[in-house]
Amino acid sequence: MTEKSILTVKDLSVGFHVRGRELKAIRNVSLELKDQETLAIVGESGSGKSVLTKTFTGMLEQNGYISHGTIDYDGQRLSDLKKDKDWEGIRGKEIATIFQDPMTSLDPIKTIGSQIAEVVIKHQGKSKKEAKEIAIDLMDRTGIPNAAARYNEYPFEYSGGMRQRIVIAIALACHPKVLICDEPTTALDVTIQAQILELIKELQKDYHFTTIFITHDLGVVASIADRIAVMYSGEIIEVGTCREIFYDPRHPYTWSLLSSLPQLAQKGGELYSIPGTPPSLYKDIKGDAFAPRNPFAMKVDFEAEPPMFQVSPTHFAKTWLLDPRAPKVEKPALIQNLHERFVKTLERDNRLHAETEEMEAEEHDGK
Amino acid sequence: MTVNKKDVLLSLHDLEISFGEGKQKFVAVQDVNFDIYRGETFSLVGESGSGKTTIGRAILGINPTSHGEIDFNGHQINKKLSHQEEQEVTRKIQMIFQDPSASLNERATIDYIISEGLYNFHLYDSEEDRLQKVTKIIEEVGLLPEHLYRYPHEFSGGQRQRIGIARALIMQPDLVVADEPISALDVSIRAQVLNLLKKFQRESNLTYLFIAHDLSVVRFISDRIAVIHAGRILELADTEELFTNPLHPYTQSLLSAVPIPDPELAREKKLVVYDTNMHDYSVDKPKFVEVKPGHFVYCNAPEEAHYRKILEEQGQLTK
Ligand SMILES: Nc1ncnc2c1ncn2[C@@H]1O[C@H](COP(=O)(O)OP(=O)(O)OP(=O)(O)O)[C@@H](O)[C@H]1O
Ligand SMILES: Nc1ncnc2c1ncn2[C@@H]1O[C@H](COP(=O)(O)OP(=O)(O)OP(=O)(O)O)[C@@H](O)[C@H]1O
Ligand SMILES: [Mg+2]
Ligand SMILES: [Mg+2]
Repeated sequence: MTEKSILTVKDLSVGFHVRGRELKAIRNVSLELKDQETLAIVGESGSGKSVLTKTFTGMLEQNGYISHGTIDYDGQRLSDLKKDKDWEGIRGKEIATIFQDPMTSLDPIKTIGSQIAEVVIKHQGKSKKEAKEIAIDLMDRTGIPNAAARYNEYPFEYSGGMRQRIVIAIALACHPKVLICDEPTTALDVTIQAQILELIKELQKDYHFTTIFITHDLGVVASIADRIAVMYSGEIIEVGTCREIFYDPRHPYTWSLLSSLPQLAQKGGELYSIPGTPPSLYKDIKGDAFAPRNPFAMKVDFEAEPPMFQVSPTHFAKTWLLDPRAPKVEKPALIQNLHERFVKTLERDNRLHAETEEMEAEEHDGK
Repeated sequence: MTVNKKDVLLSLHDLEISFGEGKQKFVAVQDVNFDIYRGETFSLVGESGSGKTTIGRAILGINPTSHGEIDFNGHQINKKLSHQEEQEVTRKIQMIFQDPSASLNERATIDYIISEGLYNFHLYDSEEDRLQKVTKIIEEVGLLPEHLYRYPHEFSGGQRQRIGIARALIMQPDLVVADEPISALDVSIRAQVLNLLKKFQRESNLTYLFIAHDLSVVRFISDRIAVIHAGRILELADTEELFTNPLHPYTQSLLSAVPIPDPELAREKKLVVYDTNMHDYSVDKPKFVEVKPGHFVYCNAPEEAHYRKILEEQGQLTK
């Protein structure tokens, strides 16, 4: 990660026309994406993760519109682009998106190889022969065994995890600067999910792109995120480095998300679940949007919208608890000493032990 | 958990399930042997395509079996049954499906969807009795009686999954096959649904066959776990035993992939890759062996000796 910003979002609001009413999906979001970082956006279903990132590639549905604010990318004001033609040089080429369901992004009647080669020809202006070589190399890089032999196969002949790799290969074929992964692994089983996450990390080292990783599962991002932005009801309510969000979360909603991790539940007990439901996005929100579900809510939370308070140079949270006048409230016991507790679990499972043993063995081999 | 180990509810013997015939024949599942005890949660984990749903569907009688036996309450059920037996089994074994949107009839009201089983089996005395049963269950799953006259599309994913649960539980089943009931759900709704399943289990001594790929959830909810790979059960043990002493390399690989929600530990984590070529089964043939009471592994004689040695060392360590 470098300190240079590659994409800057300022006071962005996005609405949708729905049967004569206005749904406010994004409210006043500001965000700086740093060159070559991995930013995770987490939050429950409907919090606006997809809508926010769709505005970066002009992919909002017909009924959606930016009602306020700006998006700047590399000297260009993206929020001013209107026509599909204006987006041509950006979408897919500079900023590419990988969606959850790989089947919807692949053409079932074209071979896997030709679908990658096509993109290479179009975006890199290569000849057919060169494109095929590049495509096979990409398939190889994304971990498809016998890439050359499987070049002429069709999507149905690939497993779900392999199809997702191909979608990544296609996205990378244009050498994008920003790769948006919208829940790319939710539908996959753990083994494949872990492999895809590793793959994205590795490719990022070689291709130097910036990644935005969207998920509702905080557990998934611990290994890959440099920074995490937490969304609730169309707002970013907390943002910080991965360590700050896991070890020093400040917003009660972030506390709830962490508390829902099944790894923290006591066997035979209950899993923590956030009470209530998110507010209607049709109405104006008074005060802190999370207040009605927040066990730590104060009177002011129902009356006035909190500002973004700064916790550290990299850590911000939008909660009145950070106001100097607020009483001191500790995060719930369930999420205190997270690190120490996971170390204990792993020790009990002999996993720390087994891994160090393995590492020692490797070192030995190296000598 | 009050699981009486002697009380076997469901038993699978040498089960094989295949699709197609002759040259086209594809064996999806083979040599499956396990018992599920009354009142427990038994989980089946394994990668996509390993045969989990196929086993679940065979238990429900949707997939025909090509070999072996399925016994439920001591009676074989994968054979031609009398009308009465069939009714009994259909009622006592219920399924909750992975995709809450695809599994509900969009054109029926919630009232009808939940009552369908009651209608099919005439499990009510009067219209009043039926309505009372439906109202009771809908409240138990955390919905309101006024929801009964609405249609599935008016509900969120979590609510739909609750409707699916209500529809299964109103039949007062003995066994519920829950095929990835939470994979499609958001973390907080996931917790609500799991808590609900647990609550019903406590109250009615329900037995679950739970199919899932999220091992952190599986650890929380299961009493015992079977690991399946390419249609074969490779390891079976009590939950904590499996997590602390995984023996089969595939199980180790699966556990190494479970996300650790801690930035420091997650970065140190190493994926263990499983390669079927690591087994040499050319001379010594593998079988499903109980290497420790209740802990089974699919292995051949040299592997068995190796596993026993590991367990012995572990035992000494923890003593
Ligand atoms: N085309 C649209 N028309 C109307 N409302 C929309 C449209 N697209 C999104 N919304 C609404 O905007 C809000 C944010 O949606 P978004 O898809 O960004 O959620 P998300 O955080 O990505 O959720 P998930 O985790 O379920 O994907 C939701 O309330 C959604 O219903
Ligand atoms: N009706 C069918 N006809 C032919 N093959 C089938 C049929 N149903 C399943 N299979 C095959 O049987 C194997 C096991 O499939 P199954 O659906 O049981 O996997 P699973 O473990 O449930 O996977 P997932 O986690 O993706 O749901 C797969 O190879 C699948 O393609
Ligand atoms: Mg989304
Ligand atoms: Mg399945």
